[in-house]
Amino acid sequence: MTTLSTPPPGSTNRTSDTAAKEPSTRRSRRGARSASARLGRRRGNTGFVLACLLPALVLFAVFMVYPTMNVFRTSLYTWGGFSPDKDFVGLDNFRQLLDDDQFVRAFQNTVALMVVVTVVTMGMGLFLAAIMTRQRLRGRNLYRFVLYIPNVLSVVVIAAIFSAVYDQDNGLLNGTLRLLSLDGLQQVWLGNQDIVLYSVAIAMVWQSLGYYMVLYMAGMASIPEELYEASALDGASATRQFFSITLPLIWQSLRTTLTFFVMSAVNLSFVLVRAMTGGGPDGSSDVLLNYMYRQAYTNSSYGYGMAIGVVIFAFSFLVSLLVNRATKREPLQF
Amino acid sequence: MTTINSSSRPRLRPRTGPRTSLRTGRTLTYALVIALALAIAVPVAWVLIASLKQRSEFFGSPWTLPESLHFQNYVDAFTDAHMGQYFLTSVLVTLLGLVLVLAVSVPAAYVIARYEFRGRRVVEVALMAGLFVNVNYIVVPIFLMLVDWDRALIDVFPGGFFIDNPAVLSLVYAATSIPFTIYLLTAYFRTIPVEYEEAAALDGASRFRIMTQVMLPMARPAVTTVILFDFLAYWNDFIISLTLLPGDNKTLQVGLLNLFTAQKAAADYGRLYAGMVIVIVPVLLLYAVIQRRLIEGMASGGVKG
Repeated sequence: MTTLSTPPPGSTNRTSDTAAKEPSTRRSRRGARSASARLGRRRGNTGFVLACLLPALVLFAVFMVYPTMNVFRTSLYTWGGFSPDKDFVGLDNFRQLLDDDQFVRAFQNTVALMVVVTVVTMGMGLFLAAIMTRQRLRGRNLYRFVLYIPNVLSVVVIAAIFSAVYDQDNGLLNGTLRLLSLDGLQQVWLGNQDIVLYSVAIAMVWQSLGYYMVLYMAGMASIPEELYEASALDGASATRQFFSITLPLIWQSLRTTLTFFVMSAVNLSFVLVRAMTGGGPDGSSDVLLNYMYRQAYTNSSYGYGMAIGVVIFAFSFLVSLLVNRATKREPLQF
Repeated sequence: MTTINSSSRPRLRPRTGPRTSLRTGRTLTYALVIALALAIAVPVAWVLIASLKQRSEFFGSPWTLPESLHFQNYVDAFTDAHMGQYFLTSVLVTLLGLVLVLAVSVPAAYVIARYEFRGRRVVEVALMAGLFVNVNYIVVPIFLMLVDWDRALIDVFPGGFFIDNPAVLSLVYAATSIPFTIYLLTAYFRTIPVEYEEAAALDGASRFRIMTQVMLPMARPAVTTVILFDFLAYWNDFIISLTLLPGDNKTLQVGLLNLFTAQKAAADYGRLYAGMVIVIVPVLLLYAVIQRRLIEGMASGGVKG
């Protein structure tokens, strides 16, 4: 809590100590506003403001705004990317998508990963966070340290770690199963079309569990202890406390993380699949962004790839919006 | 046994039940947390150990310890697989990216937080929207844009300038993390009381001096947080560098990806694991040193890194 004493707009975890600081920060905010008015009214500021602002804005416009607009524009063309022939085809690319089996499959895989990874990670993350904050486990700082490690590792490293875990002959998983004489359970974890998606899902949960646990812990740490004491006197069990106190009071951080889950199901699955399976075997672990990258970069169907990009963008935006609407509750005060 | 007891003597349950179930519950939670922590620690530790194994030791049970410390893997990784050279590239690209992003974001964030000017609201909203544009969507358009620029400048730089240039990669890193960086810095600048600046202004300090010598030092916690997250983003990226540096001059992550792909064909595990250790260790050390700040920064910012 030392780094940013006031949560920036949009952040939903307010902690009790920021709440306590509220009056003073509000005063300084008001001070800041009038001060900025005062500073702003001084003469000759335009030059200073522009000099400070322009470099960032130019970079932002050139490397983010322009490419983003390009995604939308080129989705209406057939274009190889390098050749000068560029034909306007309207919505043809999108119509073609509907008949593209590989696209449909990538779409299904992405949605499946979105659902499975969100449910599992959120459930486990909440559970872990609750026992770490409520049960005061001995050595919980150590557990937190270890559980957060995957979040600082790169996706390539995670992919390589999991290929060591899943390796058919010498992998950790099959090796352990052999050691326990459970040879029958051995699998070709990344080579079997029926289970490869679950193997990817496990890697995604492994990567993000600690991150969400820490986020939920931060939310739970701000719930006043008295609520738990009072409910304990009334005979509420730990489970009951979790569902009647903890969950409603961190609802806002839960909602925020749902948006993160949607975004990471699209983005993390791509980088992970790209490094780990390349979408194989035979497209059974392909995800939307990977298919887009393949079409646009490797296959040189740039316009078509960008149409896929537009669909992903619209889809993830829509899902975030719907989830946000569906989970809207009156914020609870404590 | 307990079920029979409790069903035949229901009155005993409230007295003994909760206590024993509390104890077993506690043991279970401990076991579960430890199991999860092991599920994360063991594969990472295993990679560290396996990086010292000889080629022949990779066949058979994965649970054996290396017979001797086979440091040759590291020599191979550093020289034959060029990981040493890639390491240098990664360090340079990351450092330059950090310098660039701070150089443009700190002044912009300060001005947005403190100055009233026309279009401020538009700038803020645009940058906020930028938070939602993931770089994975726009990496191919950026690549093609740079190819276009190279083509336009073919007379000046016949070999191309923008593609395969680590400095340009740094610039793209910096540009794509501007929304996040400005967002965090602006929020922090706004919490600093304005009296310091007024005092400095009364003493005759210039606007530039107020920004760099009064406000920047006070915003150090936020700057540290930003550096941490941007460092991790640049150091761990592979999709941008894979696309923008197609030549020999690669970053560490792409080098590792190549080792990884080569290992699938040639079963040359030792080199791959040594390469992984080279990639993991700096990040893990940094994480161990600054974990408190990283976790707190994440929890208070509530942003997906």
